[in-house]
Amino acid sequence: MSTRELTYVKAFNEGMHQIMAEDPDVFLIGEDVAGYGGVFHMFDGLLDTYGQKRVKDTPIAEQAIIGLGVGAAARGLRPVCDLMFMDFIGVAMDQIFNQAAKMKYMFGGAVSVPLTITTAGGAGMSAAAQHSQSLEAWLAHIPGLKVALPATPYDAKGLIVGAIRDDNPTIVVLQKKMLGVKGPVPEELYAIPFGEAHVAREGTDTTIVAIARMVPEALKAAEMLASDGISVEVIDPRTVQPLDTDTIVASVKKTNRALIVHEAVEFGGIGAEISSQIQEEAFDYLDAPVARLAAPFAPVPYAPILENAYVPDAARIEQAVRRLLERK
Amino acid sequence: MTAPTDTEVLPATREVVLDLHRRMVRIRRFEESSGKLVETGEMPGFLHLYVGQEAVAAGMGSVLTDDDQITSTHRGHGHAIAKGAELRPMFAELYGKTTGYCKGRGGSMHIVDMNRGMLGANAIVGGGIPIAIGAAFASQYRDDGTVAVSFFGDGATNIGAFHESVNMAAVWDLPVIFVVENNGYAEFTPQEKHMKLTDIAERAASYGIPGVIVDGMDALAMRQVSLEAVERAKRGEGPTLIEAKTYRFFDHQGIKGMRIPYRDPAEVEAWKSRDAIRLIETIGVERGLVTAEDFAEIWAEVEAEINDGIEFARNSPDPDPADILDDVYTV
Repeated sequence: MSTRELTYVKAFNEGMHQIMAEDPDVFLIGEDVAGYGGVFHMFDGLLDTYGQKRVKDTPIAEQAIIGLGVGAAARGLRPVCDLMFMDFIGVAMDQIFNQAAKMKYMFGGAVSVPLTITTAGGAGMSAAAQHSQSLEAWLAHIPGLKVALPATPYDAKGLIVGAIRDDNPTIVVLQKKMLGVKGPVPEELYAIPFGEAHVAREGTDTTIVAIARMVPEALKAAEMLASDGISVEVIDPRTVQPLDTDTIVASVKKTNRALIVHEAVEFGGIGAEISSQIQEEAFDYLDAPVARLAAPFAPVPYAPILENAYVPDAARIEQAVRRLLERK
Repeated sequence: MTAPTDTEVLPATREVVLDLHRRMVRIRRFEESSGKLVETGEMPGFLHLYVGQEAVAAGMGSVLTDDDQITSTHRGHGHAIAKGAELRPMFAELYGKTTGYCKGRGGSMHIVDMNRGMLGANAIVGGGIPIAIGAAFASQYRDDGTVAVSFFGDGATNIGAFHESVNMAAVWDLPVIFVVENNGYAEFTPQEKHMKLTDIAERAASYGIPGVIVDGMDALAMRQVSLEAVERAKRGEGPTLIEAKTYRFFDHQGIKGMRIPYRDPAEVEAWKSRDAIRLIETIGVERGLVTAEDFAEIWAEVEAEINDGIEFARNSPDPDPADILDDVYTV
């Protein structure tokens, strides 16, 4: 089998097709996932291929969508429950954090919940405050959940397969703004295990830990800095729960500096946890305080000029790295 | 819409009467004993007693198999016991011991027994309802002839999860039975202050499914409507909403009685005079199906089981704090 270029959404879609072909216990439910193929075409062709029993449109009822997945997963099926926009997890949150996440533990290990929740996060489309959020820190805070944020087409396919094969409740957060981004994707079925960071670019002067769509932005910034002889290492954790602290710490021990970039708001974001872990594990190696670049503490605004100011980009990452390197 | 409540017309055999009676006595004695143990401080935690409502769980439990699934509530001991749960691991769980159903991780509000289709008690009001439709979805997906039952209270029918779940189950004809145990109070708030309806079964009409009212103090009547709803679900005709009119003899939580006078003592006594266990004993004897001695024997056997369960729990090992991270994830 060979590798060819696919878009992010096509890669995800191929992963869904292949895992549904492999495992008859996998089914998909959600709002407009069947007849319409999902509002982002993530699920195109699944209804035609796997039929109405396994690919079902639901009422607009997020609690029931996730709860149905919890109950079916507890009975050994592998539900994929789509929540369309990440903002909608609030409507379903009881079933996610009180039920799915806790059943294994509070029932003394008697139950596993191999549920996968798919959703789309991230700003940059003038979709405003209720269709643009990045809420991964909420989810990562809950023991029992696993959270993946694919940043490449390769990861979009590998992480959805890894999520569905995982015996725990997982949330795969696709990036709306990356759906059309192309990249190399192997034809065969493969899974990316949760908790394994990807070193997206090797470097020696500083580490950037970038989340989701900030990975390609960080890579662009690294390219800009390289022309000035600045060597940047870019780490993509891929999953924020579990978090591959080892890879991040090893990188910081090599570069002695760290910048964390995400488009979720900075306060209480996953960057705070990563920063804390770096300082606990590699304090003696740091030449400067760990820096963060993230959204201001405000809802996502609508006007493009405001939204552009809100979400970090390559230019601001480049500036943040230069500031970090100035610290002695 | 209203189910027959005159138990004279309902079929009852000696076996059925004894079976229902034993289920109810096990629930009652487990709970009364647990209440005392919490009161003396020997047992930790919250305790939401089911006493008074036994006929509902017993009637439904008597028509289910171990392969059928149930979801329960914070007031869940009765559902677990009616589904066949053993008293040793139940007591051990309330004591927080490793031999408990949840290895001491869950306690009273999270009893689970996957071998008997008890998908877990649930401390979020209404939280088990969406899970039950998922269990029923699995039945339909596998076409295995099983059903799922969700027990919940009158208060839970005001929460969004109820509406979303019943609607989706109706749309997909899922083999699920929704049992609302209307004990008249959402915690301490009486029904007339939390909904406009008198009969919650009427809510079924909004989802296009049958709603049935049954005397929740009458285990035989409860068994009959349960049987009909289960058969309907197994025929692929979809869900039923059963409203069992019942009453909680103890307070919302604990055994010590009312902290605030939210219930009229006369109301409490009126319901207690319709005690489900006494009712089935009367029916059994009056119809010549069972003797008073037979019933006394059940009480004695259950008492021995209770004492055995408590001793077992007392002598079981405590969990080791070193294992506190076990089972957060499936590895």
